[in-house]
Amino acid sequence: MRAPRIFLAAIAAAGLFALPASVRAADDHAPAHAPIKIPEQKWSFDGIFGTPDLASAQRGFQVYSEVCSACHSMRQLHYRDLTGIGFTPEQVKAIASNFTVPQGTDDAGAPKEGPATPANMFRSPFPNDKAARAANNGALPPDLSLIVNAREGEANYIYGLLTGYAEPPAGFKMQAGMSYNKMFEGHQIAMPKPLNDGQIAYIDGTPTSVDQMARDVTTFLTWAANPEMAERKAMGVRVILFLGLLAGVTYAVKRKIWADVH
Amino acid sequence: MAGLHKSEVTNPVLNWIDQRLPIVTMLQKEYGVFPTPRNFNYFWNFGALAMVTLMGMIVTGIFLAMNYQPNANLAFDSVQHIMRDVEYGWLIRYVHQNGASMFFIVTYIHIYRGLYYGSYKAPRELLWILGVVILLLMMATAFMGYVLPWGQMSYWGATVITNLFSAFPVVGKYIVTLLWGGFSVDQPTLNRFFALHYLLPFVLVGVIFLHIAALHIVGSNNPLGIDPKGPQDTLPFHPYYTVKDSVGICVFLMVWAAFVFFAPNFLGDPNNFIEANPLQTPADIVPEWYFLPYYAILRSVPNKLLGVCLMFGSLLVLLVLPWLDTSRVRSCRFRPTYKWLLWLWVLSFIVLGVCGAHKPEGVWVVLSRLATLYYFAHFLVITPILGKLERPLPLPESITQAVTGRPLENH
Amino acid sequence: MADSSASTAHGHPADGNKRDTLELIAGAGAAIFAGSIGWALVGSMNPSKDVLALSSVDVDLKPILPGQGITVMWQGKPIFIRHRTAAEIAEARNVKPSELNDVQLDKARVKPGHDQWIVLVGICTHLGCIPLGNKTTDMRGEYNGWFCPCHGSQYDTSGRIRKGPAPTNLPVPPYAFESDTRIKIG
Repeated sequence: MRAPRIFLAAIAAAGLFALPASVRAADDHAPAHAPIKIPEQKWSFDGIFGTPDLASAQRGFQVYSEVCSACHSMRQLHYRDLTGIGFTPEQVKAIASNFTVPQGTDDAGAPKEGPATPANMFRSPFPNDKAARAANNGALPPDLSLIVNAREGEANYIYGLLTGYAEPPAGFKMQAGMSYNKMFEGHQIAMPKPLNDGQIAYIDGTPTSVDQMARDVTTFLTWAANPEMAERKAMGVRVILFLGLLAGVTYAVKRKIWADVH
Repeated sequence: MAGLHKSEVTNPVLNWIDQRLPIVTMLQKEYGVFPTPRNFNYFWNFGALAMVTLMGMIVTGIFLAMNYQPNANLAFDSVQHIMRDVEYGWLIRYVHQNGASMFFIVTYIHIYRGLYYGSYKAPRELLWILGVVILLLMMATAFMGYVLPWGQMSYWGATVITNLFSAFPVVGKYIVTLLWGGFSVDQPTLNRFFALHYLLPFVLVGVIFLHIAALHIVGSNNPLGIDPKGPQDTLPFHPYYTVKDSVGICVFLMVWAAFVFFAPNFLGDPNNFIEANPLQTPADIVPEWYFLPYYAILRSVPNKLLGVCLMFGSLLVLLVLPWLDTSRVRSCRFRPTYKWLLWLWVLSFIVLGVCGAHKPEGVWVVLSRLATLYYFAHFLVITPILGKLERPLPLPESITQAVTGRPLENH
Repeated sequence: MADSSASTAHGHPADGNKRDTLELIAGAGAAIFAGSIGWALVGSMNPSKDVLALSSVDVDLKPILPGQGITVMWQGKPIFIRHRTAAEIAEARNVKPSELNDVQLDKARVKPGHDQWIVLVGICTHLGCIPLGNKTTDMRGEYNGWFCPCHGSQYDTSGRIRKGPAPTNLPVPPYAFESDTRIKIG
């Protein structure tokens, strides 16, 4: 006879939780610009138990290294982090040594460079934002460490953007040096179409279609923005189950204690 | 006068302490045998839930502060350092980040419970006022905490909110410069916000202590809004309500955990994953969800000063509510008309929240104006007048009679 | 959270045992939960991944003449590198083990074939001060090695404790010779 009241409380709480959700849902239909519909994709990391597919993330790292990293930095990542997508420490060492990064100063105090170690940050393509703009027509290629979390639509948006290049519709006025993209706000993006079929050769032999590369690099970037995801979801399941049991036992104690009141 | 406290504690060590510092006696009196109405429903859990949240926020906050850098050049990266490199850093940070939302959810429900059951009415006016002070302190703390990650929303939120004070004539711009410690939101602003964000929770603990002290003088209200008439109407707080609160706490922790582990950024804004950039304002700036209703009130009028005054007024009006309500009865259970108008007020609050998330154009302007109008009319017009006009339902003779259906035995 | 005591007085006697068990389980569960949170919080004070991954240090030994020493930084600690003279090596080798407080042969403290190079963590094993002696002008103590100014611990030319309150020898950090004139510490 007490249970219905819990449900009442739960419904009241749920009502308040639903508020931001409805706010977001409503936001998607904001009339400010012609709304861009971002198609939903299926991802290995969807849902309560989903975690990034490591093989895909490793291929995505290859795409990042061979394509994106020409312009985009990932300042929050270190080569040592790559063990998180299934590389062994030895593999990480080997990968890192392929990159030349700043290594402090030499004995005379001049800045020096050398092969990266796992402890080093990912190599940045430009020394600073000004240099990045100067090399890119004044546009700043954003850092990709958190890009998946930093965009409305998350992975679906990144994938949509990478596969969203097309010829501009008839009559659409393009500015010089810009590319047409279906997913980009305003449809004019400074980044030229980055991925083309067969552009790189995957180590594991997977055919490199634009779709495959976009999918892989999005998986990699999702991991990069949320490296804790696998641990977090696994821990979450255990914590919720534990608290559920604890709630059950505590409720039983409560029933017993209150038995003599009614 | 002087001399040891007469302790009834049997454990010799505790007894020795209790004679000199009667904390055991005090705890026993305030949380052990404290007479509590026997008819609480689960809405009475939310005070305890808020307490648990505050404790969680303080503890996680202290450990976050050990790794956080209140420096405009380092703050954003130091948060990422916590998320990526510090052992369990992501867990502590997500608990804290979502804890802010949890704190407002439980506090809003706690406040709503007070409104519905008339807990603000005499003799609990001061208890209620202290509660409003707690809400204001919470808001200040939450706002400053949101600035610390130094993302785009942090920066522009800080800019917009501090600029509210520029609405005041003459002194406004001096206040804003003083708040910033400069001519824009920058390093000094971040540094002082960090200091205050660390301080205010402890001020909050102090005011909550007073809130509870005031509660324990007048005693708890209850769903019937009538005073207990004797021991048969009350139960000792322990074990009856300690265990009932524990049930609520377990369920609440599950909700909190669900956000932390499965949707940690659901309540956040993608723009805050971009480091603060003083040269570029994001396309849509919105405050965190718990500030949206007030944000909508602010924007509902085209006049800057009036908007700011209405926004602050929407909170300050709560301070005088005990004297605006003229009804003889407390609980909405016995107020057939007011009950629905209070729900309408809740609706206006939610509508304001939705309006706050949208650009102030078209239908949203109209809606937010209507909702703002009702928000204030409810307190300033309906509450005083309806209290006089409404005929309350008959009150039960006593809590026990209402709960058991039996008339009082000892009368 | 969940309470666990002082409630038997209110229950039905027949239910007492069952309720006690339930309360015990609930109390234990609450304690485990609180303990886990505490574990994570305290765990966050451990060295973070970036600290653990601190890179190794390369040191060029060419400029160090016999009898000289240099100090380099590794993991936030001073590392002493001394180019020992033949006399200093002999001094370290000619000690009877019975004269040592913390018995260790000099041979075990250097890399084979590089007897002239001694590499040490330059932190006194007593209470963490940095001993003097790495500069040729420093006081080197009675054993011609290092001398800690804080409490007078004296180390020999192999960095072994010979006199004073320090309990153990100066530790040798992990390092390797990359060439005859270059070492990598860490």
